[in-house]
Amino acid sequence: MKVYIPLDSAAVALGADDVADAIRAEASARGLDVQVIRNGTRGMVFLEPLVEVDCGAGRIGYGNASPADAGAILDGTADDLGPVEDIPYLAKQTRLTFARCGVIDPLSLSDYEAHGGLAGLRRAIAMSGEEIVEEVKTSGLRGRGGAGFPTGIKWDTVRQAQADQKYIVCNADEGDSGTFADRMIMEGDPFCLIEGMAIAGLATGATRGFVYLRSEYPVAIGVMEEAIRRARGAKVLGDDVLASGRTFDMEVRVGAGAYVCGEETSLLNSLEGKRGVVRAKPPLPALEGAFGKPTVVNNVISLATVPVIFEKGAQHYADFGLGRSRGTIPLQIAGNVARGGLFETAFGMPLGDIVNDIGGGTASGRPVKAVQVGGPLGAYFAPHQFDTPFGYEEFDGEGGLIGHAGLTIFDDSADMLGMARFAMEFCAVESCGKCTPCRIGAVRGVETLDRIAAGDPAAQEVLTDLCDTMTSGSLCALGGFTPYPVMSALRLFPEDFGATKEAAE
Amino acid sequence: MRQDLATPDSETIRAIIAAERHREGPLLPILHALQAEYDHIPESALPLIAEALALTRAEVHGVVTFYHDFREAPAGRHVVKVCRAEACQSMGANDMAARLLDLLGLDGYGTLPDGSVTVEPVYCLGLCACAPAAMVDGTLLGRADSPAIAAKLAKAEAPA
Ligand SMILES: Cc1cc2nc3c(=O)[nH]c(=O)nc-3n(C[C@H](O)[C@H](O)[C@H](O)COP(=O)(O)O)c2cc1C
Ligand code: FES
Repeated sequence: MKVYIPLDSAAVALGADDVADAIRAEASARGLDVQVIRNGTRGMVFLEPLVEVDCGAGRIGYGNASPADAGAILDGTADDLGPVEDIPYLAKQTRLTFARCGVIDPLSLSDYEAHGGLAGLRRAIAMSGEEIVEEVKTSGLRGRGGAGFPTGIKWDTVRQAQADQKYIVCNADEGDSGTFADRMIMEGDPFCLIEGMAIAGLATGATRGFVYLRSEYPVAIGVMEEAIRRARGAKVLGDDVLASGRTFDMEVRVGAGAYVCGEETSLLNSLEGKRGVVRAKPPLPALEGAFGKPTVVNNVISLATVPVIFEKGAQHYADFGLGRSRGTIPLQIAGNVARGGLFETAFGMPLGDIVNDIGGGTASGRPVKAVQVGGPLGAYFAPHQFDTPFGYEEFDGEGGLIGHAGLTIFDDSADMLGMARFAMEFCAVESCGKCTPCRIGAVRGVETLDRIAAGDPAAQEVLTDLCDTMTSGSLCALGGFTPYPVMSALRLFPEDFGATKEAAE
Repeated sequence: MRQDLATPDSETIRAIIAAERHREGPLLPILHALQAEYDHIPESALPLIAEALALTRAEVHGVVTFYHDFREAPAGRHVVKVCRAEACQSMGANDMAARLLDLLGLDGYGTLPDGSVTVEPVYCLGLCACAPAAMVDGTLLGRADSPAIAAKLAKAEAPA
């Protein structure tokens, strides 16, 4: 009998370690032959800790398990959810990037290979750098870190650059509230990220890689480091990648609690051991990146999606999606929501379906007031915008962005002036200080919102002007995009800013 | 004073620096290693790092102060990090934090006078689908509530 209990941070935060201990103790007390496997999470956070039992006829789920359930789970008498793959939340998904997450033992390379792992890397080894880049371009993959830049084009710039050393840097700083896809895949399928980075290395001629991983993710750091050690031991990494004669090796670098270090140039400064201040562009990191050398900087999900593109073919991936948003997107449904978790699906699902059908509405049972999409720099959306299909251009058209695809749901008790103030406060705390519109603007923003709260009628215009200045004058999207949540809150919820609805219209 | 922490001495600091120096971009790894040893970055380490990496003392100081993680003095014996980012706010994180500070007798984020507990804000632990989130001495908590955290701390502080 095999029992799966996730090692994922969210499962652990809800008690999975205690459940695992109880299952082990109960099994040994009964003299049962039980193999406990600490898998990644399936992403159904609302069911965690989710224990899965496999007696040879598929995996049966036991949701929200507690240590007291251990005996009944082993007996098969506890209330079960049926076969895990049939749970609607999972069955409705299109799992490409996250196909293995929650299924396999994250640190077993043989499990990884048995589920399609390394097939992409083997295929890439037989291709030229130019062919690899073409394949990525054909897939339509765009950066999942927020800006949505085509990944193949970025790789091509690095490929064509001449240098004695090039780097692949994985941006695993995932600072956005409402997002956890990077964490989930690093904890649940770390070899997938390693494979994606190795393919990027082959494509561009980069032989060294870094995963810049935030310090707030201790579990992910541990899993990634161990996976890299094992990959090196199995010669997936090193000076002869899968006996190709090619070199690629990598290491984890731990961040130090600065949100702005998710911005790629700030990240590179931090990696080099400097203050994480933003660099002016040009030069592009692709030409002068880490240690002044040509560098690919990609988000975790961008890189972890590469293996499946090579395993199944670029066209297979590109056949999913909507408009210029090709493939699938791991939606992270968070905040005040009944069924929070990760939901991977083709681009194009309307926002309202995500919030209501998949997420099940709010956790509090009260009406949904607003959804912030794309983290602290993303706009708020109101229910009248719920028919917006999930895609880069579609959200842009509604005055928002998809960012890293996190959705934070708020019920009708939310105070949107308070949320706007928080956005400015966060920007002030996290500003790297290099440009004035961000550094000073955010502080003025907090003061101005306090004036609005105190009933000063002139302050709204000041806020609007200030946001214009931040948008047009900031060096990076921290100052440049903070106006998204602020102005969307003001536009959509004027009554929270002291206006009566009619007066605002 | 934290009884469980060694007093920084230059020999140990030099050894910690030497262990990380070979890396590309060694400064953050060095600072993390020092903080793991002393729970802060000892003032006395700055000139030693500067010398080893051929930087000025001011440059090293600038880096240390830029990052929220690096402390100038050790934290309390127990550290609670409370998430105050948006997803946690949507599930009442602000009230939870206020209540916790109240239960502990703190006026705001910081350390109790007896050095037993430090409460500090954090912006997202990646537990946004089971908010509000907190971390108590490295243990992650989802759907956290303040009485449970306070009880956990009381238990940790109780004489064995
Ligand atoms: C303030 C700020 C924070 C950011 N944080 C992240 C982050 O945590 N992770 C990430 O992948 N990209 C982040 N980005 C975007 C990166 O600058 C960059 O666009 C991305 O890493 C490129 O990778 P991609 O093309 O694969 O998306 C951030 C940008 C800004 C302005
Ligand atoms: S917002 Fe609190 S854990 Fe993400």
